[in-house]
Amino acid sequence: SGAPAAEWGGFEDNMQGGGSAVIDMENMDDTSGSSFEDMGEMHQRMKEEEEEEAEGEAGAGEEEDGEFLGMKGLRGQLGRQVADQMWQVGKRQASRAFSLYANIDILRPYFDVEPVQVRARLLESMIPVKMINFPQKIAGELYGPLMLVFTLVAILLHGMKTSDTIIREGTLMGTAIGTCFGYWLGVSSFMYFLAYLCNAQITMVQMLSLLGYGLFGHCITLFVTYNIHFHSLFYIFWLVVGGLSTLRMVAVLVSRTVGHTQRLILCGTLAALHMLFLLYLHFAYHKVVEGILDTLEGPNMPPFQRVARDIPVVSNPVLNTTAKAIALAL
Amino acid sequence: FPGLADVSISQDIPVEGEITVPVGSHSPDEDYSTLDEPVKDTIMRDLKAVGKKFVHVMYPRKSSALLRDWDLWGPLVLCVSLALMLQGGSADSKDDGGPQFAEVFVIIWFGAVVITLNSKLLGGTISFFQSLCVLGYCVLPLTVAMLVCRLVLLAGAGTVSFIIRLIVVGAMFGWSTLASTAFLADSQPPNRKALVVYPIFLFYFVISWMILTFTPQ
Repeated sequence: SGAPAAEWGGFEDNMQGGGSAVIDMENMDDTSGSSFEDMGEMHQRMKEEEEEEAEGEAGAGEEEDGEFLGMKGLRGQLGRQVADQMWQVGKRQASRAFSLYANIDILRPYFDVEPVQVRARLLESMIPVKMINFPQKIAGELYGPLMLVFTLVAILLHGMKTSDTIIREGTLMGTAIGTCFGYWLGVSSFMYFLAYLCNAQITMVQMLSLLGYGLFGHCITLFVTYNIHFHSLFYIFWLVVGGLSTLRMVAVLVSRTVGHTQRLILCGTLAALHMLFLLYLHFAYHKVVEGILDTLEGPNMPPFQRVARDIPVVSNPVLNTTAKAIALAL
Repeated sequence: FPGLADVSISQDIPVEGEITVPVGSHSPDEDYSTLDEPVKDTIMRDLKAVGKKFVHVMYPRKSSALLRDWDLWGPLVLCVSLALMLQGGSADSKDDGGPQFAEVFVIIWFGAVVITLNSKLLGGTISFFQSLCVLGYCVLPLTVAMLVCRLVLLAGAGTVSFIIRLIVVGAMFGWSTLASTAFLADSQPPNRKALVVYPIFLFYFVISWMILTFTPQ
């Protein structure tokens, strides 16, 4: 037993007068009948005795206990009871706090899916609905969107590594996770706020789910274009794949909103953010090596092409080593 | 003994015999038996437990030993050795050594926590630390692959070495995923195994990709 004298506050469950600083030992279970001051003296003797016991053999300790039936046996028992009660109370309080704050069961209903459902929803996210006068059903599920965000993080990592993006303050992983999760959570919250302003019928979980599944198009596009470095291919994918998933999200939102202005605001914002994010992911994290592209595409390059992050001057040695590294990685 | 005067013992109950608390008398014995043993014994016992789990990972049979007595020593050792071996392999500049170690550490532990939470939310019966233990131990094939890659890279860094590395890392990645699936998928309802396997696949894919794209300077 440790030092129960220092932590009498743990016995509040057993006290009749709650909140007083003095424990009335007469109300304890063991009916020893001694007062608080004697308790301190007894505790001191108990501590000395346990130190003696600890040094001696276990057998000899038992013999000593058996000799004096009165105080020594009671003291040892009291000490152990005190320690036991301290432990029980502490454990109860800790488990109460834990079950209150660390309860993941509140998220459980959002993960209740079957693999077939996930596959179906992934494919549906690329198919725009036609009926916009009738509110379309959105499944409030978080497994698919979460997995898609992680897949996007993995693809982004691949793109950053193969293009040798150098990030000075922070890590590659941190940037990738921050970008993808920031987009998913941030844009969802923003769109939910706009939807609230425009009186659209959508909940936060549904918004998260809708935007998350919309990232499926982004995953496909980036996966293909980070490996095949054609700019025109990227633009085709951007328009077709990105456009399809945007159209689907927009159609679902429109079906849940009333009023032309509101529909326009919501859909315009969502479409702009979604398409611009794909553009940003491609150009910010995918360095295009000028030497390689010149031979393939000629003058057909976009005006705001970013060569690399944080490297102000691209000199020849750097280009050579990066070209070598890319060749190795591929 | 002045305190004896305060003790009130009822006259009806004969106080005799030994007052020993059964719980109290047994646990000090056990404490003494493992506290008093030489440090070598303790370390050897723990090392043997870790070694036994390594063997379970390399030959994944459906045994519950890995799950029953979980420990996190093995995962820690594997994680640190993998992170140390992956250091110093990025493009240029001296300040890339630091983030590399932290990246690997964060990826492994954060990824393992996310996979565990995911499998619990999907209705798994495995506990948090058991799952962390399994995922950590199943990084062993990939650590072996990293070792092999480093040795191959010592010989040269051409196309042949890349193909060798690709094959080795691919095989070890498959082994890791299969090993962890053998332990973890059992605790799931049967029709949802694919939902649990995909994050594990992604997790080991990211680690193997980090190993494959490692180029020392």
